[in-house]
This record gives sequence, C-alpha cells and structure tokens, in this order.
Amino acid sequence: MSKKSFRQAINEALRQEMRRDPRVVLMGEDVAGGAGAAGEDDAWGGVLGVTKGLVGEFGRERVLDTPLSESAYIGAAAGAAATGLRPVAELMFVDFMGVCFDQIFNQAAKFRYMFGGHAVTPMVIRMMYGAGFRAASQHSQCLYPIFTHIPGLKVVIPSSAYEAKGLLIQAIRDDDPVIFMENKVLYDQEEEVPDESYTIPFGEANLTREGSDVTIVGIGRMVQIANAAADTLARQGISCTVIDPRTTSPLDTGSILDSVEETGRLVIVDEASPRCNMATDISALVAQEAFGALRAPIRMVCPPHVPVPFAPNLEDLYVPDAARVEAAVRAVMQHAGKQGARA
Amino acid sequence: MTGILPVTMPKFGLAMTEGKVVSWAKEEGAVIAVGDELADIETTKITNAYESSVAGVLRRRVAREQEDVPVGALIAVVADAAVADSDIDAFIERFQAEFAARPVEASGDASPGPLVVHAGGRPIRYLETGTEHQGRPIVLLHGFGGDLNNWLFVQPALAERHRVIALDLPGHGGSTKDAGAGDLATLAGVVLDVLRALDVPKAHLAGHSLGGAVALRAALESPSHAASLTLICPAGLGEEIDDDFTRDFISANRRKLLQPVLAKLFVDESLVSNDMTEDLLRFKRLDGAREALTTIREANFAGGQREILRGRLGELGDIPVQVIWGAEDRIVPARHAEGLPASVVTHVVAGAGHMPHLEKASDVSRLLLDFVG
Repeated sequence: MSKKSFRQAINEALRQEMRRDPRVVLMGEDVAGGAGAAGEDDAWGGVLGVTKGLVGEFGRERVLDTPLSESAYIGAAAGAAATGLRPVAELMFVDFMGVCFDQIFNQAAKFRYMFGGHAVTPMVIRMMYGAGFRAASQHSQCLYPIFTHIPGLKVVIPSSAYEAKGLLIQAIRDDDPVIFMENKVLYDQEEEVPDESYTIPFGEANLTREGSDVTIVGIGRMVQIANAAADTLARQGISCTVIDPRTTSPLDTGSILDSVEETGRLVIVDEASPRCNMATDISALVAQEAFGALRAPIRMVCPPHVPVPFAPNLEDLYVPDAARVEAAVRAVMQHAGKQGARA
Repeated sequence: MTGILPVTMPKFGLAMTEGKVVSWAKEEGAVIAVGDELADIETTKITNAYESSVAGVLRRRVAREQEDVPVGALIAVVADAAVADSDIDAFIERFQAEFAARPVEASGDASPGPLVVHAGGRPIRYLETGTEHQGRPIVLLHGFGGDLNNWLFVQPALAERHRVIALDLPGHGGSTKDAGAGDLATLAGVVLDVLRALDVPKAHLAGHSLGGAVALRAALESPSHAASLTLICPAGLGEEIDDDFTRDFISANRRKLLQPVLAKLFVDESLVSNDMTEDLLRFKRLDGAREALTTIREANFAGGQREILRGRLGELGDIPVQVIWGAEDRIVPARHAEGLPASVVTHVVAGAGHMPHLEKASDVSRLLLDFVG
C-alpha cells in the first residue's frame, strides 16, 4: 500500500490486467507515441501520460497507436471485443465522441441484443472529461449523460485514485462495453491505493459521508466538492450524507432512495450541462419514488447551460464549487424550517 | 528544566497521523502513576483508553477535548508539584516551537513499515518492532478476517521491552491470498516457515481466535519453536463458534451490512467505526481475498469448529500456556476457557467481547508482558 495518483492508479490497473490476461490490449492515439522515430519510443503515453511505460512491458502488439480516426479505431475495438480480445480504447477527450458515436451506440452497445445474447463485447473506452483544466469548450465537457442514456452501455465515473483502480479493473473484466470517464483535474491527486489488484462492483454507491440532515449526491469529481461542503457544514451543525454513485449506468437507486427516506432533503451536484443530466435524472427518480419523504424541494447544483468558457475567471465561475453546494444545502434546510414553523 | 515530562499524541497503528482527545480522565493537578488512564484517544479507526507511561503530577492539559492534533504533538505535561508554573510554560513554549519546526518527513511515519518475507514460497507481510531488544521475540497472530493492525494498541506496549513480530496469515492483509487448504496444519506450517525464514528459533507465540488455534497447532507441530503460548479467545478449544458471523463476515459487501456483523465482536458496539468497516471492505475486494476466507472458513469453522485441540494440550510438556478471554465473547464462548489442565493460566477479562486486544488493550498488554517475563 502506498500513495498513488489518480493517473498512477489507472496505469497500474491497466498494467496488472494486461499481465493477468493476454487478451487485454490498448488502442488509441499516441497511447505509446513515438513509433518509428529514433530514440522516441513511448514519447507520449497518451496525451496526459496515463499509459506511459506500458509499451515497454507489453510491446506494440498490445499497445497500439492508431491513426487519427476515432471512428476507425473505436469500431476496430468493438470488433476486436466481439471476436475475443478485451480492448481498452482511449478516446482522449470525451468531446470527440461525436465522430465515433455510431460505433459506440449503434454497434458496441447493440451486439449482445442483435445477436440474441450470443455475443459479448468486453471493451472499455477510456476518456477524459470535465472543466477546470483551461482546455476550452471542445475539450472540457462532461457528456456522460449521453452515454447513460444508451441501454447496453455501462458508465463509470471514478471520484478518486482508489476508486479509479478498482473500477477500471472491474470494467476490463466486464463482458459489456464500459465507458470509463476520467476527470483530468484529478490526475495528480494522490491517496492510498493498494498495490494488489482489486475490484469495485458496478451499481454499488459509496457513502463518503454519513449524516442525517441532507443527502448530497455527487458525480465524479463533484464527490470531492460535496465532501468539502459537507465537512464545512458539519462544523456548522448540519450533517450531510454524501453519495458517490460510482456508476451512472447501472445506477444504485436503492442507496439514493434509502438515504432520502432518512434525511428528507436532496441536493445533487453534477458538472454536466444542466438539461437532461444526472441531476435531473436523479431528481425525477426521487420525485417519483420518494416524494412522501421530501421535506424540501430538491436542489440541483450544476453549471449554467452554456459551453465551457475559455476565460479562466469565467471557467472558475462555471464549475460548481463547495460554496454553491453549501448554499444549496442551507436553502433546503431553511425551507424545512419554514415548514416546521407553519406546522 | 529537568523533571518535566511531555505526554504526546501516541501513534496507534501504521495509518494514524492525528488523533483526538475525546475526554480527559484526569484533572490538572492530579497525581498520575504509570498505567493510569489519562484520556480517551480517538483515531479515525477506533477509540482507546490511553494510559500514562510516566508518573508525576498532571500539570497541564495542552490538548483541548475534541481537538485533532498530529501524532507526536504535546497533549499534556507531567512534572513534580515543586516545578514552577513559569518553567512549565517555558517547557511548553519550547516544545511547541521545536515541534512546529520539525522536518516534514519527521511528521510522517518515522517507524519502519511492514515488510514481506517469503515463507515456503508464499509472500507473507509482517511488522517487526522493538528490534533493539535481545531475547525471545513475541509473535502475534491475528484471527479470521483480521490482520497485523489488530495489534495496533498491544504491539507498541510489548515492543517497549521485547522484539515483536506481527504477521498477516495467508489469505489475510498484505500476505498471499493463496491459503492452500486453509486448515490449521497449513496455516501453522506457514507460521513455522516464517519463523525459519526470519531466523527465529524460538518465540513467545500469541494468537487471537483462529490465530490462537494456529499458534497452538504450530507449538504442537514444533514444540522447540514455542517459548510460551498466549491464546486470546482462541479457536480450537471447543466446538461452538458463531457460524453466522464467519459467513456474514465474508458475504457482507456494504458498510451497512458489515457494520452489524462487526458489532458482534465488541461489548461497546460504538467502537465499530466507518473507517474500520471500510478497511475490511477494501480488504475483501482484493483479488482472491473472499475465496481465501471461504476456504479457511470451510476448513475450520463451517457448521462448528472442525479441529479441537483441547485434548492435546498435554503434549505441550513444559511450554507455559495462558488463555485470555473476553467475558462477553459472542463469537467463541468464554466457557471454552473452563476445564483446561491446571497448568494453563486463565484470565477472563470483564467488559470485553471477542476483541479484548482492541477493547481492553492495556489489560491484554499487561497480561502478555507479565506472562512472557
């Protein structure tokens, strides 16, 4: 056990699964880099160095630098998965999904159904998401709600280094196509991560804080924002449960509903654009299944419905922060107070 | 400023970086003897009654109740009543200045961490402390589902006078998840292999629960390796064991499900913290961990204990044996301590369940120290 960054945790998960299972291969643009150039082998390891060093151990047969055509290599990965390999393809930025979406949602996601349950598609598509990296509007989106919308895909959004390693190993061992979303702001964050391989099952939320007043659901990096808000609020006498769903598909609806039954108040923190995102989805779930338990309106803490700004001051205002979460929690608490006074 | 003694935040276990004085047990001005309970100290894992290792008058309580302070920080000052208040103030001021100026690495873990030894080809993790002491080491063996961190309160106390080696049994902690057949013969064989690999010809063996049965089996297998045996709520002395506990311990895959299982281990169920539960969930997620636990459970405990060694205690000859049991043990009943040969020293610890070394750690430390001499 030692401290590892989010980046190292992902690299270690890939390395350990490639050692364990010769069918695991990597594909993507510059996942090694430098092929054919003298003295430049493994020049990149992916655009932010996540796959650095893997080509040295596993060779170019298993770490494949692909042409600049997402449609071609994501499709190739889906075909490779259907024919017995377990490819991990790196899409680089989620923002590039548009050029290969047919391969994902019409092909990979459908194989099991189209072939009467006789085909499996054990592929993982890794991609970076999220704002706060000064990467502008075409490299900063979240877009996981779009994948979550598609039946046949599993969608994983790790919130920390420990989570990333266990969830990625689980993703590689899963027989369905898995979208694995990495918030690039987290790459250098460190925490204790076991050296051994381990798996975290899909569809099992993690309660990172436990409290009785308000339930806060956070997605991906927003779990950390929610934790920070919960810690501040705890010192002010407001106790919050923070739920990290870990996977948006499958979604652990039971843990969310159980918690709201206890607290009666819900705040959802989602970095995705506010229309049709995870916050609206979870709000609808709770409004339908636990309306009677609610003591205040549900609050959603999301960015505004605009492209991610490039101006640093505007980008900082765009991403939800702990202060906004705290304000939302206070608002639902005050609402309950008014109700109580009336009764 | 001689005769002024600092009391600092202790380090309970490898992961502890800070702790909290939950409540002070003594007022300023109280006369303190070595072993007196000074305060309840809480880590993120568990709360423990902290006993003074120094004697004198508690002149100053530096840490406030409920305040988080780093390991090694000054929490109190003990001195003779004759020492002037101004000298105490100066001592505190100097200590705080030096503590604030300490190098960054010293604020972390100065003590060596666990190591790995290959015993019979199996990687086994162990933590060795008190290496400056000569004489027979004490070897600590945890119970089913535990690891070397179960001794976090006991090991430091023992290491003040002895070399102490706590290890993770196969299938547990940071050791191999290959538990082989998982029966006592296999596990005891690994323990003996570890002793040989570490060049320890003879040791005081202390084991808890499953580890107690393993220690006993190892001593029967190779009496020359055992200087003494301390069996804490051990398996191997009777048929009864809480079958649901060992089954649910393996199957519970969420904090909410595991917490009530762990609560059975203690009299004070509030000792089961979120961190303790989370650590166990993380252990069980490791590749092979649940399979190893299942193998060990089926070999030893499923439907009642499989190997009863009570009738073989006579074979130990003159190896001293003591048995320590929590009076309110809900996993393995304390009545298994009854009817043992007269040569066996038996202690039943009031206010403890199946984990007296966590719940009544200082009692267990004292009994061990007195016994091994």
